[in-house]
This record gives sequence, structure tokens and C-alpha cells, in this order.
Amino acid sequence: MTAWRQLGWEGRIGLVLLAVLILMALLAPWIVPGDPLAIVGEPLTPPFTTELHILGTDRLGRDVLSELLYGTRITLLVAFFSAAAALVVGSIVGTLAGFLGGFADAVLMRITEAFQTVPGFLLALAAISVTGPSVPTLIFAISLGNWTQAARVTRAEVLSLRERDFVAAARTLGMRPLEIAFREILPNAFGPAASLAAISVAAAILIEAALSFLGFGDPNRVTWGSMIAEGRTVLRAAPYLSIVPGLALVITVLSVHLVGRGLSRNGRLRP
Amino acid sequence: MPPLASFFVKRLLGAIPVLGVVLVGSFLLLEAASGDAVDSYVARTGGMDADQLAQLRQAWGLDQGPLQRFVAYISALAHGDFGWSTAFQRPVLSVIWERLPVTLLLMGIATALAFFLGSLLGVIAGARPGSLRDRFLSIGSLALYAVPGFWLGLVLIVVFAVNLRWLPVGGIETIASGKTGLARLGDIATHLVLPVASLAVVYLALYLRLMRDRMSEIWRDPFVLGLKARGLSHGRIVWRHVARNAVLPVVTMLGLQAAVMLGGSVVVESVFAIPGFGRLAAEAVSRRDTPLLLGVILCSAITVIIANLLVDLAYGKLDPRVRTIR
Repeated sequence: MTAWRQLGWEGRIGLVLLAVLILMALLAPWIVPGDPLAIVGEPLTPPFTTELHILGTDRLGRDVLSELLYGTRITLLVAFFSAAAALVVGSIVGTLAGFLGGFADAVLMRITEAFQTVPGFLLALAAISVTGPSVPTLIFAISLGNWTQAARVTRAEVLSLRERDFVAAARTLGMRPLEIAFREILPNAFGPAASLAAISVAAAILIEAALSFLGFGDPNRVTWGSMIAEGRTVLRAAPYLSIVPGLALVITVLSVHLVGRGLSRNGRLRP
Repeated sequence: MPPLASFFVKRLLGAIPVLGVVLVGSFLLLEAASGDAVDSYVARTGGMDADQLAQLRQAWGLDQGPLQRFVAYISALAHGDFGWSTAFQRPVLSVIWERLPVTLLLMGIATALAFFLGSLLGVIAGARPGSLRDRFLSIGSLALYAVPGFWLGLVLIVVFAVNLRWLPVGGIETIASGKTGLARLGDIATHLVLPVASLAVVYLALYLRLMRDRMSEIWRDPFVLGLKARGLSHGRIVWRHVARNAVLPVVTMLGLQAAVMLGGSVVVESVFAIPGFGRLAAEAVSRRDTPLLLGVILCSAITVIIANLLVDLAYGKLDPRVRTIR
């Protein structure tokens, strides 16, 4: 319970919102049975007019609520996995750069800088253009532009840890250098990178939404971005079709930011 | 060499390895994509016989190993040849050149607006941390920071273009309006209001937060206590000392965000149907035009490097400590 108290009111609101969203994603087949892409009613029913379709129907007569709930799944799945991949890759690169130093450091940091120089969104676009859109490739494409900050932060931390006594002790114990880097240093240097988690999850959500808005998402799944794009074609007649999934995006990103602020406030993730 | 020039040269030399990595990366991407430069060139004519294709490949050095192909790719780039765009059937560079000014204008205005308004509101919030004003602005900026730019664009279109009819729905200027001079400038300006707003809001929120958080840290510094002891007014401490110190990380962020904003302009330009550089990237992907996509990536990398150079120069102006170290 102390962790809950330490979160502060911002973190608590964020955590509750996020828990609700995760529940929505998990329970989607029970809340709204049936295929979310099935045509179930009159097209373009406005929200809150019938009991059957609380949030109305879209251009083709699909239920907006079930599209929204199934969209939560893709959004959270892609965002969490790509942020996790970015953190892991970033902290490995950062650990190697900081621990090895010298030429390896220079090369790895130039690569990191190059990835920072090209807009992450363009990198994702380029990756999708080669691999084609699907959930795993989306995760890969989004993490491609998202790992650099973790690498930089971890490297800085490793540099300050490298000369500590416990590293010297590990060396006298006869551990191999890479063993020291990944078993001794990385776990201690992971804190600052982990505090970037919220920012990278939020960034991943927004990039995924933008990609699927442009039509580069997985064509066989409903996502909030593709819902907004769908609604855009009837923006004048039915603006709610674009506005509702956008609000869902805002709430999700906001809750992630709130959790991040709650965590960084108590400094629990900072060693 | 004068210090400014040597600084410039040093930064440019530092950018070379980074650009090299980008080049290698884009070459690998080109290799991974299906088809080569000859395929994209003959796509227009509908085909050639195999002998001619082989000849063309030989002439362009595409029949050799990967290393030679890479050298050929680099030397073509060095000659200003970015390849042939299949989608537009024109040289890539001329397509990009046509589209870049609009995007730079859009990004420039959005950056300036976000920076000035964001740091101004940040000063207002950070002048008295914990006050009602501060809380209001902090929560507001957190909410704005969560808003996707392209969705905000759509909402703005619904409100200001569809319902109120104050502003145009999209495009960069009224087509075939025959306007010239100031009238045309005004026309472009009204077209830019909504896209600039939807691009700037996220960064405005970011700069507000950054400024506010840094200021609330600086308030705890002993030098502020010294200023208070010397009897300086609150306003003078806020503006001349606290805000001035807090603006430095915001300026740094300006450079870091250049790449992110360029990425954001891809979607915003698509929403507002602006024929810019960003939309070109989306078009290149959807029309399977790899040479064009690579050109866009290279040019955006160069743009970001230049933006960061400018930020560094501004930093030197703002922070005297940087000048003496150099």
C-alpha cells in the first residue's frame, strides 16, 4: 500500500485509468460479443440514440463501441511491446557503449545519433514499406526510432558505475567482461532508462495511431488510428466517428503520462 | 580562425560520421526493397528487352557486388543525383526541392509559436510554483501533451472550417485564385492557421512543462535567496534571473524536437492536404517509391542536422559559459 500512497494523486488517477483500459482490452469479447468488423446495424447511427449501439455505428454500419474496445487491444499491445523492445535494445547498446568505451563507444554513439537525426516516424514508415504492415512489424518499426534515449541515458549511468568497487570486485572474482557488463552493471544502470518507459509507451501509442491513420497499420485489425481515418471520409456528416477514437487516444496517452509522473515523483525508479 | 567559424567547422565535421551511418542505413533499405534503380526507371516505359536492361544495369554499376553498388550510390549522391522517383517519373531531388519550402515554413512558424507561447506560459506557471495558476497550467499542458496532432487537426477542421466556416479546410492556397503579392500571402496565411495550430500545440505543452519544471528547481538555488536578500523585486528575479536560466534546456529541446516535428508534419500535412515534404514521405510509401523515400529520409536528416547547428549557435549566444569553454 505504501507504493500506492507514494504515487500521488496524479499517479493514482493514471493507474486507475490504465487498469480500466487494460480490462477493456482483455474483456472486449465479453463486453461486445461478435466480430468488431461485422455489419450490425444502420450505417451512421449517431451515438446515444439507440440502446443497441451506444456509441453509434460507422459508415458501413459497424458498432463503434466494439471497434473501440478491440482497438484498445492493438494500441496497448503494440505500445507496450515496442516500448519494451526499445528499452531493452537501448539499454544493451548503452551498456556496451559505456562499458567498452573507446572505438566501440564512438561507433555505437554515432549510430545512436544517426537514429536520432532521422525522424522516428519516417524510420517507422521506411521499415513498414519494406516489411509490410502487421502487428509484429509495427512493433519493430516503432521501436526502431524509440530506443535512442534509453541508450544515451544508460550509457551515462554505466560510465558513472564503471569505476565503482563492485565492478573491481567482480573483475578480481574472474568474471568475464561481458558478464560484468550485463550481470553486474546493466541491472544497476537500468533505473534511469526504466523511468523513460512512460514516455516511450506514450510515444509508441501516438506513432502507432498516426501510422494506422495514414493506412500503414495492420489492415485486418481495427485500430483507433484507422477508425479516425475511416471517420474522416464522413467528417462533415458524422464528426463523432473521428472524435470518439481520438478521445480514447488522448485518455490513454494521458493516463500513461500520469503514471509516469507518479513514478518519477517519488523517485522510486531512481537508484 | 575566428571562434564562430571554427565552431561551425567543428560541428560540420562532427556531422559527417552521423550522416555516413544514415547513408549506410538507407543503402541497406534500398537493398532490402524489391527492385532496383533500373526497374524504377523502366517502370514508366512499361519495360525493355533483357539486353537493354543488362546494359543499363552495367552503365549504372548495378551488376557489381554490394560494395561497388554502395560506392556507386554514394558517388551519385555526391553529384546531387538522388535517384529516379517512380511515382513522379522525375528526379527525386527536384520533387523534394519543390516540396521542402512549404514544410519548412510550416515547421518554422509552428516552432516559433510553440517556443514563445510555451515558454511564456511556462514563466507564468513557474513564477509561483504550487500556485493556482501553476496547477491550472500544469494540468492543461499535461492534457495537451497527450493530444495527437493529426486528430487535433481534424477537430479544428470540424469546428473552424466545417461549422464556423472561418478558415479553409485544407491546401496551402486557394487554387487558381489569381491572387498575387500581399493578397496571396494573406491567402497562404489563412490556410496555414489550422495546420500550424495542430502541429504547435503538442510542443507548446512540452516547452511549457520544461520551462515550468526547470524554474521550480531554480527557485531552490541559493543564488535566488541572495537576490531576494539584495531586495530585488519578484518580477525582476523571475524574468532576469530564474526564467533566463530556465530557458537553456528549452532551447536544447528545440533542437532535439526538430526531428520529431518533421515526423509530425507527415501526418498533419496529410490531414490538411498540404503539398509538402512530409506528405511526400507518406506518398512515397503508399506508391512504393523507395528512391523517393530514401531521398526524403536523407534530406530530413540534413534538415535536422542544420536545425541543431542553429540551436547550438543560439545556445552560444544565450549562455556565456559555453563561449568561454570553447
